[in-house]
Amino acid sequence: MTSATAHGPRPLLARRESLPFAVMTSRIGDYGLIGDCRAAALVSRLGSIDWLCWPRFDSPSLFGALLDDEAGGRWSLAPTGACESRRAYVEDTNVLATTFTTATGRVVVTDFMPVASEEDKKHNLIPDHEILRIARCEAGEVELEQRFRPRPGYGGERLRFCDRGALGYRLETRDGTATLRSDMPLRFDDQGAHGRVRLRAGDVVYSALGFADDWPAILPPLGFASERALHRSIEWWRAFARRADYDGPFAAAVRRSVLAVKLLVYAPSGAVVAAPTTSLPERLGGNLNWDYRFCWLRDASLTMRALMAIGYCDEAKAFASWLIHSTRLTRPHLNILYDVYGNHPGDERILRRWHGFDGSRPVRIGNAAVEQRQLDVYGEVIDATAQMARAGAHLDRESQKMLRGFGEYVCRHWNEPDEGIWEPRSGRSPHTHSRLLCWVAVDRLIELSERGLLQRAPLDQLHATRADIRREIETRGWSDKHDSYVAILDGDEVDATLLLLPWYGFEPADSPRMRATWRRVERELGANGLLYRYRNAESPGEGAFGICSFWAPEYLALGGGSAEEAERAIASVLARANDLGLFAEEIDPETGEQLGNFPQAFTHVGFINAAISLARRQQKEAGVEPRRVPA
Amino acid sequence: MSLSMSLLNWALWGLVATLVLTTISSVAQGLRLTRMNIPFMLGTMFTPDRDRAKIYGFMVHLFNGWIFSFFYIAIFESLHYSSWWLGGILGLFHALFVLTWGMRALPGLHPRMASELHGPTVARQLEPPGFLALNYGVRTPIAAFVSHLVFGIILGAFYRVLL
Repeated sequence: MTSATAHGPRPLLARRESLPFAVMTSRIGDYGLIGDCRAAALVSRLGSIDWLCWPRFDSPSLFGALLDDEAGGRWSLAPTGACESRRAYVEDTNVLATTFTTATGRVVVTDFMPVASEEDKKHNLIPDHEILRIARCEAGEVELEQRFRPRPGYGGERLRFCDRGALGYRLETRDGTATLRSDMPLRFDDQGAHGRVRLRAGDVVYSALGFADDWPAILPPLGFASERALHRSIEWWRAFARRADYDGPFAAAVRRSVLAVKLLVYAPSGAVVAAPTTSLPERLGGNLNWDYRFCWLRDASLTMRALMAIGYCDEAKAFASWLIHSTRLTRPHLNILYDVYGNHPGDERILRRWHGFDGSRPVRIGNAAVEQRQLDVYGEVIDATAQMARAGAHLDRESQKMLRGFGEYVCRHWNEPDEGIWEPRSGRSPHTHSRLLCWVAVDRLIELSERGLLQRAPLDQLHATRADIRREIETRGWSDKHDSYVAILDGDEVDATLLLLPWYGFEPADSPRMRATWRRVERELGANGLLYRYRNAESPGEGAFGICSFWAPEYLALGGGSAEEAERAIASVLARANDLGLFAEEIDPETGEQLGNFPQAFTHVGFINAAISLARRQQKEAGVEPRRVPA
Repeated sequence: MSLSMSLLNWALWGLVATLVLTTISSVAQGLRLTRMNIPFMLGTMFTPDRDRAKIYGFMVHLFNGWIFSFFYIAIFESLHYSSWWLGGILGLFHALFVLTWGMRALPGLHPRMASELHGPTVARQLEPPGFLALNYGVRTPIAAFVSHLVFGIILGAFYRVLL
């Protein structure tokens, strides 16, 4: 394979020599994502599905070769022998097409999870969960090989296969039944299925893997029905992409980010997961490996706010509804993360047998951060709700009650230490960012109350608290010694969250204090056009943080610099996406490698926000009135 | 007991027994003991819309339950005797009938169910149940026997014969 470049776009081509089956893709950016807003799968550049959890994002894996080549399991469909691969999403969709070119011909493998409109579902029986793989030979002759090696339950379940003849090859798992059907001749054994076929130009083979957990399986026939599902899915995704009310700079990349984020929305409940993977390392070979297949309230609120800003109000309403129902049991206290149905995720545990991505151990299932306290969550949730209200959404009595409860909680606890946004496992501190978001919480509640959207808010208490928080940030959050705001009250270090002070309206981006803080942040955290979230004893070896790298140009767009500077800075970070336009949580500033769970909603949201801020700046400078998004 | 009272008795306990059977089946499904969902299977005979299928299927299932309970009542009346254990035995035979003949016949009766032999087609995509409905999970027969056993016990215990 080609090596990564330090700067500029990723290479589009991957070259595979004739390799044995058990070869792990060694770069996170070599993966693409397909999904159906219920679950998602990672497809490698070499045509192997190396990560799939069914029936939902946080279910045990069926394919996990991403994290362990042997024990994880995979489903590959690619030419035998040496080939080059080039891939792209079908325009404005999450349908992935990988073109393999061999010495004798060319074949395109199209991978997707079928999606359908509610209207289609009324007229057709459509499987709950399915992956379709369509291989179409476009030129010459290509020998295609398919290997199906599922390993359910993170590789821990006994394999119970059953050949059902015309109904397919079935695997019983604890979570349901997977059924493989293919019009490729396959040989079955106790480990899975394997087959080869020689395709000539014009030949097409279809493979489908379905999963049934609640009902009798629905098994659409291969061929015409598969083509119809492909057409239906392309139309569905394009209709979704067309809803983007954005024509500013980087419009195509914004649509790609929106499509990526949509894959992380769990449609049945409206929750948004932070990423579809677990334990992809923030430091290659290291132990910064976490499970992100849950709904972080902070990330989800940011995501919804970004989607809503470009017209995706239905998703925002679904999230608001999820929020009201899922937090009912813990209110006014908020956990920082929930599963997709608002339950406490299972305890964190380690898959000791798994080697991890590129030897990065341990592989963790579940996330112990759920026990942490992060006071900024309240501000994010309230700000997202306030944005909905600003756009005209009605706050019903239940929502108002929830907001009042959050407000009272913030007024009581804002001055306490917490783990903060970066979730260190080393204890609590008084974080400036957490104070800022408590200020945001109170400020937005006052705004909602003054607009008459929030009844019976304790305004006197809110005003007093807001003033107290501002005083504390302006005194203890500012360091005369270092001439900058600081990450921890009375501390010395900076972190990237300080760039958000203008974003939330706490301080103008062009104020002397913010300019001084920006200079220090850029000097101490900047690296090759990217930004680390912080640099201290806990961070050696970590990559630059994706969303923070977009906070920097957004700060410039908000007034910390010129629009041209902001545009150049966004373009520079955007060039670090993989060839499909996807970002992980972090990026290695030296090699350009994607690091951490992938793809990460947080990073894409950072980009969308930065693009929106730049567009508004450009509109303002051009004297154009920014459009208001209808609710 | 008068005939009208007896009919009312049948209608009431036939309904109760069917509701309990449906509830036990749903619980078994929720506990992942089986993927068999009779209302869904019956409903998809009439519509591919899942939400409507569940409602239609539930109504058909309720009606079927009444019809089947009539045969229980007929046996009780012919024996001039009913009891929980007799109802239970009939329930086990009922389950055996459903799992063997009923499930085997279903693909032929269901317009959207695929055939074991020929596989799915554009019109027929629903997985067939197979022998003892084992395609819906190896514990499906257990769930079916338990739910029908309870169905029979309720009818046997609460139905009062005419004489």
